[in-house]
Amino acid sequence: MTSESQTADYQNRRWQHIRKLLERSGPFCHPDFEASAEILNFIMNCCKVLIVGAGGLGCELLKDLALMGFKKLHIVDMDTIELSNLNRQFLFRRNDIGLPKAKCAVEFVNKRVPGCEAVAHHCAIQDLDEDFYRQFHIVVCGLDSIIARRWLNGMLVSLLQYNDDRSLDQSSVIPMVDGGTEGFKGNARVILPGMSACIECTLDLYPPQKTFPLCTIANTPRLPEHCIEYVKVIQWAKENPWGSSTTLDGDDPQHVVWVYEKAQERAMKHGIANVTYRLTQGVLKNIIPAVASTNAAIAAACATEVFKLASSCCVNMNNYMVLNMADGVYTYTFSAEKRPDCVACCNSTRVMKIDPDATLQYIYTKLCEDQAYLMKSPGITTVINGCNKTLYMSSIKSIEERTKDNLKKKLTDLGLFNGADILVADVTTPNTITIKLKFETLDVDMTK
Amino acid sequence: MASPSPKSPEQSEKNKQYDRQLRLWGDHGQSALESGHICLINATALGTEILKSIVLPGIGAITIVDDCTVSDEDIGSNFFLEMSSKGLNRGSEALRLVLELNPAVQGHAVQEPPDQILDENPDFFKSFSLVIATTISEKVTQSLSQHLWDINVPFILCQSVGFLGSFRIQIREHAVTETHPDNEQTDLRLDEPFMSLLEHLESIDIDALDLKDHGHIPWIIILYKAVQKWKINNNNKWPVTRNDKEDIKNIIRDFIRKDENGIPINEENFEEAIRAVNTALMPTFLPKNISKLMYNSAATNLTKDSSSFWIMCSALRAFVEAEGKGKLPVKGILPDMTASTEHYVKLQNIYKMQAANDAEIVYRKVRQIVTQLHCDSISEADVKLFCRHAHDLYLVKGSCVATELQLGNSVASYIATYLEEPDVMMVHYIMLRAAGMFRSEHCRAPGDWEPEGDIAKLKTCVNKLLGDISCSPFPKDDHIHEMCRYGGAEIHSVSAFLGGCVAHEAIKIITKQYKPVNNTFIYDGASTNTATFEF
Repeated sequence: MTSESQTADYQNRRWQHIRKLLERSGPFCHPDFEASAEILNFIMNCCKVLIVGAGGLGCELLKDLALMGFKKLHIVDMDTIELSNLNRQFLFRRNDIGLPKAKCAVEFVNKRVPGCEAVAHHCAIQDLDEDFYRQFHIVVCGLDSIIARRWLNGMLVSLLQYNDDRSLDQSSVIPMVDGGTEGFKGNARVILPGMSACIECTLDLYPPQKTFPLCTIANTPRLPEHCIEYVKVIQWAKENPWGSSTTLDGDDPQHVVWVYEKAQERAMKHGIANVTYRLTQGVLKNIIPAVASTNAAIAAACATEVFKLASSCCVNMNNYMVLNMADGVYTYTFSAEKRPDCVACCNSTRVMKIDPDATLQYIYTKLCEDQAYLMKSPGITTVINGCNKTLYMSSIKSIEERTKDNLKKKLTDLGLFNGADILVADVTTPNTITIKLKFETLDVDMTK
Repeated sequence: MASPSPKSPEQSEKNKQYDRQLRLWGDHGQSALESGHICLINATALGTEILKSIVLPGIGAITIVDDCTVSDEDIGSNFFLEMSSKGLNRGSEALRLVLELNPAVQGHAVQEPPDQILDENPDFFKSFSLVIATTISEKVTQSLSQHLWDINVPFILCQSVGFLGSFRIQIREHAVTETHPDNEQTDLRLDEPFMSLLEHLESIDIDALDLKDHGHIPWIIILYKAVQKWKINNNNKWPVTRNDKEDIKNIIRDFIRKDENGIPINEENFEEAIRAVNTALMPTFLPKNISKLMYNSAATNLTKDSSSFWIMCSALRAFVEAEGKGKLPVKGILPDMTASTEHYVKLQNIYKMQAANDAEIVYRKVRQIVTQLHCDSISEADVKLFCRHAHDLYLVKGSCVATELQLGNSVASYIATYLEEPDVMMVHYIMLRAAGMFRSEHCRAPGDWEPEGDIAKLKTCVNKLLGDISCSPFPKDDHIHEMCRYGGAEIHSVSAFLGGCVAHEAIKIITKQYKPVNNTFIYDGASTNTATFEF
């Protein structure tokens, strides 16, 4: 950096555009807004923003925020660069294939935007702790997984502090701006944990993934997808040439070729057409189509909201925008509602009403299937006479074997009672959730 | 570029790189993109953000027309300019950095202002599939848009100021065969089954099937049988009313086999048939908009220069009037449904064969027309695609920006209607135009240096515009204040949003897939609202 770049004069010229929004007031500003040169100083030198994901959205977000004056940027991503990323993840080049995304992205932007001090974290979001997340003013996400979103949401909620009178200490709120895209569609939303709708509050906005029934796959295939699924779910384990304990890897071209050829055989046998390599890989990896333009638009919408949060120069999106670019360009912004009984963000005791004769299986099923929880594989423990007792945990094989019989047992036989707390852990949340059991005789048969 | 061996089904490097987008527009869409050449006028942040999302997917070539010199302000908002770009030609610097995104793309930089090119070498623009312009004056907009209209080159005009942005697509005529509708209608022909379908449907006696088979016949057959049964007692008419449909559902319920205790067995295919009653009994018809296309004078009065779209429309008409018996070619697709492989595949093939036969007839007619007109041939693949999507063809006829700028009667009343609503998005349109007027008059943006001082001057422009369209002045000056506050600033995230949208539209225009915006899009980053207007 030359000495010229450090002069105030130069900085003023360089950030001329942004300064007009920050140093001038207007009729549509946020009520708290006070135009001043201090705001740009805050954005550049104090405001810490975390970008989650360095893929299609993450690259765009990093560029956008760097060009809006943010310097203290952190970006986290556990992946490395692949060839198929290059049609949209524009901070990466062919030579970068195999390198960590976060590191590459940061190197590129810090070089292109002098003064930017972006820091990379090549790890999973779950590898970082409370203290890490607590340092940020704003978190913006460009994730491709709902589970990861829920985890992060849970983390920010767990950082909330409440006053003695149970009111929210607003200084503990870390806003989260979240973006998602799929093909020509996308959405952007602004979340104020504890104050507005969080990810868990609106889980019904994420439709469940489509799966094919096993009997169709095994007995009555009709579509090329059915043939591919058959090889993936049934034939691979039995016949693959790399050994019965080898996991099918959709990223390994040899695996994909093997599945493709077997799927073709099955398809031909049944008179089914259109098994292609592209379709095979798409089914195996659950590939979602992606282009640069949708990612650019959604990331930009998110970056604009981050800028508004940091500067108050304008009111924020309230609070969820959907975008569809398939037919013209269509957007719709609505206000998603916070659920008073949200299992993640509500600040009251979580209660589960349950029949006194219910079995543990009933609780497990409810935790997985009930809209309020939608967990993946919850581990349930409790405390009896001051000692921790694992009721059921499926994630560790030895514990699963030891505790699986508990599922059939009645809750009362496991030492639980009306008003007892169970502690639930799951991939969808960073912290254990405490749920109080309330025994009530309900009409539904819970002894299954 | 590494290629796998001929026998290996593995993808080429290019297919791997573009895999995620090929799933959206296919190999043929990609080919069209790679044959495209786009011209960008002015490598502003908006301009380069547009180019980014066009170069990454592999456009054939780009040309940047820009005679400006890079300033510190430019670098502050434009990712495709570096510190070292200062003082150099903005177009060349941006080109260099944009082309890094995809070595397969060709690029050129022209260091001349667009009005000079229009004066000295207007044919320059003929080599482009699309021209995109940012920050051009009203005067240049007038002459450039008129010229591009005259030479029939599509044009997108864009702007980005403060939280506001807009783009306007100008294209004389744009035909789309593959619109990729979200919910495509089925084309089952149950009311007028073609020969092979009729034979197949009649050949099945539901009552005679064994239990396993009974639970595995496609709901289409079940529905057909139920309707046939109903027709016997209803003067052979087609079920239309809610009662009719309720009757059909009851007939299907009766079909369901019962166990030894008389309780109906769970037969999913029959449940599907019941659910389908409401939607699948729509009589086959020729959509009005398709009929309009077929009988459009462009399709009835063909010349040597007619586009392949109109030639195929003409052949389609000939088909519909003869072999099609008033109907379009069969689509040939079947949604998935509970059925045995054998039943499903058999039925699917019947529809496929008929679609293939219909398409072949249309293709023969196309060949006849092409021979008569001595024009370029049209491939069988193109005709098949056309027939496959004949029910969803889309054509838009555009309007010239120069006309819109003149605020003639129809434009004026169009704007006035929205202002009356009151539609704040149309207010933004007025503000953007007023700012353009201000620039022409004062050679700078409103609020560039002194926001307060320029409010009155900008208001004069606004009121002149409103006067020209016979509208009363705005009740409040808020939007005028806000525009002066912006002072012509270009905010990167706002330009990035628009850039993504414009690039997307450019891809639609060049691949001729998906419906483009028709024709003006306005974005307000402050409220996050958007609107589309058709001028």
